[in-house]
Amino acid sequence: MKRRNLALSGPYLVWTAAFIIIPLLMIVYYGLTDSTGAFTWSNIAQMGTPERMKALVLSLILSLIATAICLIMAYPLALILSHMKAGATGFIVTIFIIPMWMNSLLRILAWQTLLERNGVINQILTFLHLPKLYLINTPYAIALGMIYDFLPFMLLPIYNALEKIDQNVVNAAYDLGANRFQTFWKVIFPLTIPGVISGITMVFVPALTTFVISDFLGGSKVLLIGNVIERQFTQVGDWNVGSGLSLVLMVFILISMAVMQHYDKGIGEGVVL
Amino acid sequence: MSTKLIDLQHITKSFDGQMVLDDLNLYIRENEFLTLLGPSGCGKTTTLRILGGFETPDAGRVIFDGEDITGLAPNKRQLNTVFQKYALFTHMTIAENIAFGLRIRKKPESYIKDKISYALKLVNLDGYENRMPDSLSGGQQQRIAIARAIVNEPKVLLLDEPLGALDLKLRQDMQYELIRLKNELGITFIYVTHDQEEALTMSDTIVVMNQGYIQQIGTPEDIYNEPENAFVADFIGDSNILNGIMLQDKLVSMQGVKFACVDTGFGINKPVDVVIRPEDLELTAIPEHADESSEEYQRAVRRITKFNPGFMTGTVSHLIFKGVHYEMEVQSGGFEWLVHSTRMFPVGTKVLMSVDPFNIQIMNKPASEDEEAVGVEDI
Amino acid sequence: MKKVLSRIYLAFIFILLYAPIAVLILFSFNNSRTRAKWGGFTLKWYVEMFQNESIMSALRNTLLVAVLSALIATLLGLMAAVSLNSMKRRRRTVILSAINIPMLNAEIVTGISLMLIFIGLGQFLSRWGYGVEFGFGTVLIGHVTFNLPYTVLSIMPKLRQVNVSTYEAAMDLGATRMLAFRKVVLPDIMSGILSGFMLAFTLSLDDFVITHFTKGPGFDTLSTKIYTEVRKGIKPEMYALSTLLFVSVLVLLIIFGRGKGKETAK
Repeated sequence: MKRRNLALSGPYLVWTAAFIIIPLLMIVYYGLTDSTGAFTWSNIAQMGTPERMKALVLSLILSLIATAICLIMAYPLALILSHMKAGATGFIVTIFIIPMWMNSLLRILAWQTLLERNGVINQILTFLHLPKLYLINTPYAIALGMIYDFLPFMLLPIYNALEKIDQNVVNAAYDLGANRFQTFWKVIFPLTIPGVISGITMVFVPALTTFVISDFLGGSKVLLIGNVIERQFTQVGDWNVGSGLSLVLMVFILISMAVMQHYDKGIGEGVVL
Repeated sequence: MSTKLIDLQHITKSFDGQMVLDDLNLYIRENEFLTLLGPSGCGKTTTLRILGGFETPDAGRVIFDGEDITGLAPNKRQLNTVFQKYALFTHMTIAENIAFGLRIRKKPESYIKDKISYALKLVNLDGYENRMPDSLSGGQQQRIAIARAIVNEPKVLLLDEPLGALDLKLRQDMQYELIRLKNELGITFIYVTHDQEEALTMSDTIVVMNQGYIQQIGTPEDIYNEPENAFVADFIGDSNILNGIMLQDKLVSMQGVKFACVDTGFGINKPVDVVIRPEDLELTAIPEHADESSEEYQRAVRRITKFNPGFMTGTVSHLIFKGVHYEMEVQSGGFEWLVHSTRMFPVGTKVLMSVDPFNIQIMNKPASEDEEAVGVEDI
Repeated sequence: MKKVLSRIYLAFIFILLYAPIAVLILFSFNNSRTRAKWGGFTLKWYVEMFQNESIMSALRNTLLVAVLSALIATLLGLMAAVSLNSMKRRRRTVILSAINIPMLNAEIVTGISLMLIFIGLGQFLSRWGYGVEFGFGTVLIGHVTFNLPYTVLSIMPKLRQVNVSTYEAAMDLGATRMLAFRKVVLPDIMSGILSGFMLAFTLSLDDFVITHFTKGPGFDTLSTKIYTEVRKGIKPEMYALSTLLFVSVLVLLIIFGRGKGKETAK
């Protein structure tokens, strides 16, 4: 019985090895070798060029800002949603989560339409006799796109964490003399930290590595590290350098994964609706 | 023991149009162990939550120590609650949990430290300061919840089915523990439970509730021995409840047989509910071959009618060994009687059933359909 | 006061989330090639979209990849979940963390790594005159790979809830293992299987990055089609396509949500 069940995971394990583990090792291999197959650090050192460093730093700054703003926006929203009466909640929460399931390209496309030189926002501003905003092709537009794109990913895990809190635990804090403010900071917020961490990772990693958002909202003027790597593969065709740069990027991803692992819990819940 | 510490006056509360408490009046004395007892949905937990400040009554007042606290927030009240399923702060250590209320009140750290070790000793968990709540068993978590509440020196401790999640043996141990704690602390306990045995073991006063009404208030002995209506009789312990007619003072008829009893003042030929506890029924076996005219039968009848002229004949239809006693069902006159006895009567035995007049409890029929939660015929 | 503030906040986020989508939908009905002005209501972009052979072929590819990858991922995921469920804790944790990799890793890295393995495999096979052609097959493999963790994680919790004794009872009553699984376990975990499938299907519909790196020239899904078109400059057909995609995801979510509602109602 046991043995038979174990065999069932065979195809799955083979798949995981062939298309998850080995491909990742391939990146390591390409990243640490040159075109002749000899070991080298030079691909990684390629990250040091001023243009690439600029892209990496900009990516880090923008993704950190976007993550922080998502957190600031999503937490109160999650609180409000979790306080709603049972019947209404399901529907309203769904409304705020739905955008998460929409094609992210479309969402960014929508913002491009809004922010363009003659886009909807500027048309409205002109109509109101206000000065135009030239946001498109600037880092601001990219940050805006990141926030818009990833807000639901921050909302859901925090909302789930809040929903899991037993109302009696909150009541216990009041009962022991804490006011609303103390109850929030001493009990509610600490209990949602796993959700917050999960949300941060789910926003930070995609924001750090995106190339679509910067392609659509940054034109070719603002490059992120995602664009740099993508171009290495699809335009330059230098897989060794591309892999080397990816390895550097993976270090940052690993750091955030390690943080997440530390606060374990709620990994799956955050993602599955 | 005599001053009113808490006075609930005309409390009414409904949720979504559903009446949960209807004009409830109840006072609680200082240093009393009072239990709110009733089936789920009877309003006992709502009453406790109104006391704790987690619900506001639609009408009525809560008087605490002479002051109206009806609208006072929970964090301003001098009572503390031990919640169902403990409600410990899982992200804090045991010591931090216990210190929570004291730190809010900005007590000095040295005082807090003393209080923690005092409280942990009191609940027999010294040395657990740095453990996390998740690493403790249910019974231990419950003790921590109590410790967390009592370090704040409340005048009243509210306990909401605190033992509900524990297994039987632990529950019994904790009952003694709670009585000991109450005596050591000298404060008022208000306890909510649906478990009648818990209520009988621990309380000074039991308030039996059903469907938002108080059914009876009394000492455990009163409630058990003299239930005021069929609901209380049925809810507290096992009982046989059947229709009877009070023929005159001290004489009741059930199933066409006249029984002596001790109750008076019901009037003449009045329909009543009659309650007889299973352990109060006396059984006498009649040999298979003995018919009513036989000498053996007559001798048995003479012996039992010395106490009460009324008796019934029946046949044992069911027998279970319960450890201390046997539980039997006796078919008689179309009614299935529940009988507890230390003597065993095998299934099929013909028996005479008699009962001491003192052990027959007569109750008025409920006035309204509302109060009659348990149909007498169902039993 | 507090209530009013929270209502305002909800409305603010709601507008922020939906206004861009509304604009997109509005433009799909705009009878003017420039977005600068409103030229009246029209359905012509929808007509043009449906007559555009490359968009239609991208649509077919998208649906085919989504259905197939969701099916394969669900099947593999179900087998893996059953197997994981009877594993020892330590082993399960190790395998589960391997599962999580594509979910936690950046899409671009997963995409690149898949691209590299296909290239590597192609070079390896070329010794015998074979090769790996980038296109439908590679995209399908990519999609199954990133769908797998979601199907496993949808099915696992349901499987955990299954009462082992009912399964054993069924066998005790003479059912074979397969029959016991089909009659007793499967109905209990069906909701998990379905939601795993739906999740995989939706994710596959939405995916761009993995497809981008595994597709090769000449093969497009809707996402990659939108990407190339938009880089050339937005055509109104793209708005029509976006509207259609948005509405279909909405419909899928409603069906999915319904199923969930029923489940909780039980």
